[in-house]
Formats: sequence, structure tokens, C-alpha cells
Amino acid sequence: MDIPYVVDARPDTGLNNAKLAIWLFLASEVMLFGALFSSYVLLRVAAPVWPHGYDVLNVPVATFNTLVLITSSVTMVMSFASLKMNDLATFKSYIGITVILGFVFLGVKAYEYSEKFSHELYPSENTFLAIYFTLTGLHMLHVIGGMIVNSYYWGPGSKLWHTAPAQFTNRIEVAGLYWHFVDLVWIFLFPVLYLL
Amino acid sequence: MTASHADDVEKHTKTYVNVFLTLLVLTVVTVGISYVHLAVPLAITVALIVALVKGSLVASFFMHLAGEQKAIFAALLLTAIFFAALLLLPVLTYMGGIGTPQHTEVVSGAESGH
Repeated sequence: MDIPYVVDARPDTGLNNAKLAIWLFLASEVMLFGALFSSYVLLRVAAPVWPHGYDVLNVPVATFNTLVLITSSVTMVMSFASLKMNDLATFKSYIGITVILGFVFLGVKAYEYSEKFSHELYPSENTFLAIYFTLTGLHMLHVIGGMIVNSYYWGPGSKLWHTAPAQFTNRIEVAGLYWHFVDLVWIFLFPVLYLL
Repeated sequence: MTASHADDVEKHTKTYVNVFLTLLVLTVVTVGISYVHLAVPLAITVALIVALVKGSLVASFFMHLAGEQKAIFAALLLTAIFFAALLLLPVLTYMGGIGTPQHTEVVSGAESGH
């Protein structure tokens, strides 16, 4: 039995299953990060003193990381556009670059964390560092999850293109929505933690 | 694939590049403003406005939210309402608006005659 509306849109909502599902999942992710952001707000408002992010953290390095993630969002959407142009090879190039940029982002975060740890600045040191490591750590886990999915679609997952190209394009669009959301979270995390 | 389909994708590609360049500029702007060391409330306002603009560009063009179906907007509207409530609840609690213990007079069993 074929599951309906895997690729074709439902006539009432105009959506296929995957697109509705991913947006509902992203809505739940908004609540997850929202809970941590509201914790940050409460901690900062209630604290007798709170450092400026730029006095504790490395702004130029994080700015570079922001540009890396924004670029990866562009390459992700270009990979989707390539499939719309029936160009699998260009798709593989773009999604491959997206995965590589993900590794660059993780590498920079690893450098930032190790730099803090080498000065014995752990999450237990103070409330600012606790919320910093929690927020960026959870974000980093989301980046890793997205990279696993994107790597799968660059590799063995791309076989689906040859049997069901419309369904494969749909899956890349959905994976892209998740990746853009991860970028969107960082767009808010970066100024809140590093610049204020 | 029809010529019009290819043109459509090419138009979208140009949009993606323009949005990318705008995001780069806004990132430089937001970092530049942070070096001015504005008063904290103003710094927070400006930083969040720039972040909102950047986020809107990503959502509208990369996530194709501009021109998306009504069902998605309905789900996101509900999300926005609950997100606002999630942000407000701790602040209201801190300000003493919610969950403040009510002071009640404690009457012991002996005194009440029971």
C-alpha cells in the first residue's frame, strides 16, 4: 500500500506529509530553545552582576563561525535548487560543501571550548558560562544531527534520486528546512551571548 | 524540464545570492555596533532588531516561508504565542506577578476548638 501525499500535496492544506511534519518539529524546537533563552533572560535580569559577552568570549572567532554557518545555509539551498534543475552532480557538490562547513563550525567551537577549559573556565565557574555552554552545546548537538542527515543524503541516501527523484528532492527540501533553522538559532545566539 | 522552469530556478538562485550578501553585511553591522558599547538596553534592542531582520530573511527566502501555505502560518502563529508566553512567564514570576505565596492565617486545632 502506498502512503498518500508523500510527494503530492494534500488538496486541503496544499502540503505534503514531510513538509507539514518538519514545520511542526521545528515549532517544537522553537519551544526547546525558547525555554533556554527565557532561562538566560531570567538569569541575567536576576543577577547582581553580569559580564559583557565581548569581555569573556572571542568575538572575531565567533563572527567567522557565523559567516561559516550562513554560507552553509546558502550551499544547502543551492543543493535543493540543483535537484530542481535535475543536476545530481551539482547537488552532491553543494551538499558536500554544506557538510564540510559544518565540520569547520564544529572545529571552531572545539577551539573555543578548549581555550576556555585550558584556563579552567568550566560551566561551573559562573552563571554566564553555565548558560553559554548549555546554549551553544545544545546548538552544537543540533549541528551534528544535521550533518549526519546531510552526509547520509550526500552518500547512500542519494540512491533514491534514481528511483524516485521527486521524493528525494522533497527530502532534501525538508533537510534544508532543518539546517536553516539551526542557522537561524545561531543568528540569535551569537549577538545574545557574544555581543551584549 | 521547460525553459520557464529553468528560468524560475535561476531567479530563485539570484535571490539566494542577494540574501546571502545581505546577511553578510548585517553580520558585519551587528558586530560593528557592538564595538560602540551602547547602553545595555539600547544595545539589546538594536542587536535583536538586526537579528530579527536576518532571521526573517533566512525564514522567508531560504526556508521558502514567503508564499508558504496557510496551514504552516497557522502552526507558526500558535508557536509564536506559546513562545511569547514562555518568555514572559519567568519574567512575570520574577516581578512577583505569578506564583507569589498568599499569606493565610494559620489556625491550630487547639485554638479552633476542634
